[in-house]
Amino acid sequence: MGLGSGASCAISLNTVLTPEQQALYQDTGCIRDTLDQAKTIAIVGLSSERQKASYFVATYLKREGYRVIPVNPRGGTILGETVYPDLKSIPEKVDLVDVFRPAGEVSDIVDQAIAIGAKAVWTQLRILNFEAAEKARAAGLNVVMDKCVKMEHGRFCGGLHWAGMNTEIISARRPRR
Amino acid sequence: MSSDKNRKFGFETRMLHAGQIPDPHVGARAVPIYQTTSYVFQDAEQAAELFDLKLYGNIYTRISNPTTAVFEERVASLENGTGAVALASGMAAQFAVFMTLLEPGDEIVASAHLYGGTVTQLTHTLKKLSIGVRYVDPCNLKAWEEAITPKTRCLFGETIGNPGGSILDLQALSALADSRKIPLIVDNTFATPYLCRPIDWGATIVTHSATKFLGGHGTSIGGAVVDSGKFNFARFPTIADPSPSYHGLRFFDTFGHYGFLMKLRVETLRDTGACISPTNSFLLIQGLETLSLRMERHVSNAMGVAKFLAEHPKVARVNYAGLPDSPFHDLAKKYLPKGPGAVFSFDLKPIGGDAREAGRRFIESLELFSHLANVGDARSLVIHPASTTHQQLSDEELAAGSVGPGLVRLSVGLETLEDLIWDLDQALAAL
Repeated sequence: MGLGSGASCAISLNTVLTPEQQALYQDTGCIRDTLDQAKTIAIVGLSSERQKASYFVATYLKREGYRVIPVNPRGGTILGETVYPDLKSIPEKVDLVDVFRPAGEVSDIVDQAIAIGAKAVWTQLRILNFEAAEKARAAGLNVVMDKCVKMEHGRFCGGLHWAGMNTEIISARRPRR
Repeated sequence: MSSDKNRKFGFETRMLHAGQIPDPHVGARAVPIYQTTSYVFQDAEQAAELFDLKLYGNIYTRISNPTTAVFEERVASLENGTGAVALASGMAAQFAVFMTLLEPGDEIVASAHLYGGTVTQLTHTLKKLSIGVRYVDPCNLKAWEEAITPKTRCLFGETIGNPGGSILDLQALSALADSRKIPLIVDNTFATPYLCRPIDWGATIVTHSATKFLGGHGTSIGGAVVDSGKFNFARFPTIADPSPSYHGLRFFDTFGHYGFLMKLRVETLRDTGACISPTNSFLLIQGLETLSLRMERHVSNAMGVAKFLAEHPKVARVNYAGLPDSPFHDLAKKYLPKGPGAVFSFDLKPIGGDAREAGRRFIESLELFSHLANVGDARSLVIHPASTTHQQLSDEELAAGSVGPGLVRLSVGLETLEDLIWDLDQALAAL
């Protein structure tokens, strides 16, 4: 993986958060720390349909070296991984909880994330629940809201750049291999 | 990571650095030229995931290339866009925008003050695809409004119109486009992002002929499409609906604000093939690195030349929005405060009643201005439409296209201003 060392500015495009909310829930440093420190990511609401956004994100994260655990009440397996009905049922340590469920369900997901000792909760684009976010922050978790984990990882790891996108990362330093 | 790393870098810094971090393997400081057609897959599964767009990465240079990616991200950064796709030329870039956005039966409302090649593309080539175009006086907001029909899918204009030098009222047009929930597409070739950034005024998509001032040295043909990332394509069928060429993938749903550019790259560019050469991308990047310095000199030289011509007794009229008596002066001050570019036209007075002959003789008397069909070179360029590009038209037909028989178009370069004025002065004296 290896997140680059360059300075960058917060990308304010494509978010419905106010600048104050962006400072709380889209802080570049927090996003990089979260992606850097996580090894295991539980994806709540991961779909088994290959053209759904969540499936793209899971495929990408797996290829980038993360352990991905699907969470979906339908069970079965997705991308070769056992699907758990909820966070509480996962028999191993989870670092990051990535949420693809409607805002109304986020509060319960956050409760479970706190209960299983996750270090961060991340809600995907346009999934907003400020009360739940504050609850997670109060419990010491990193919180990212209204961002895509694949886009952010791609932004810091070069992939998004190859697609011609504006990463807003500026650095003259040679990264370590 | 502390928040002191959160910094919005200045335009000039981004001209030099945006899109390139030295690579970890070699550490090359200049942008390497990846002159390769294709890229070795890691394994069969990775290959499949790349083709399925699940991973970011390079497959084939017709679709993406690491040198070109530096050019793309740099242009996107300078235009304050969310990303960019580079293409073989400016014409290819705007064609790719229309091919991505439009379907048969759709209509474009376009400014009538456009580059001639664009007019033929819109009027004749897009007609073959059953896409219609309605031209309007770009200065008449009501005309834009009235031309919009239920079939209209976008508005299109040039920041600085070619060759008349009209200035698009970007703020008013983007408000109109917003109210109709259609994108405003602006060609920013003549202004460059140093003089004007249409996205900052609400434009959705920006196109460029990078051949001109972005490259700036007349060496390479190239184009770019930049997306603001701000338009909601959720109800725009071509971007939102399931794609039959990607197993029903919905680009806006899956890629969000990157959806339009992703679709343009992996469908339109993939299928039409108008890719830029990596070496051209490299040369255009070299141009971008000095964009602000060159544009400052381009506009100050253009202003000096325009003032000289405006006072010359053999010149009937100078069409430069930088001059206070231009009808576009106020718009230029608002949208192009550093100067309204370096391409403009002027009309010669007729010699013995023949303005066409005056234009021909004037061009032939110039020493420093190169007589050719391009603009945006570091060198000064000149063309006389009535004896070249428009020579088959009668004086009446020329007038209908607001190209007078004595009209001369200049692209003012970076030479010593006094030398440019000397050259124009001696050529005018020969009339």
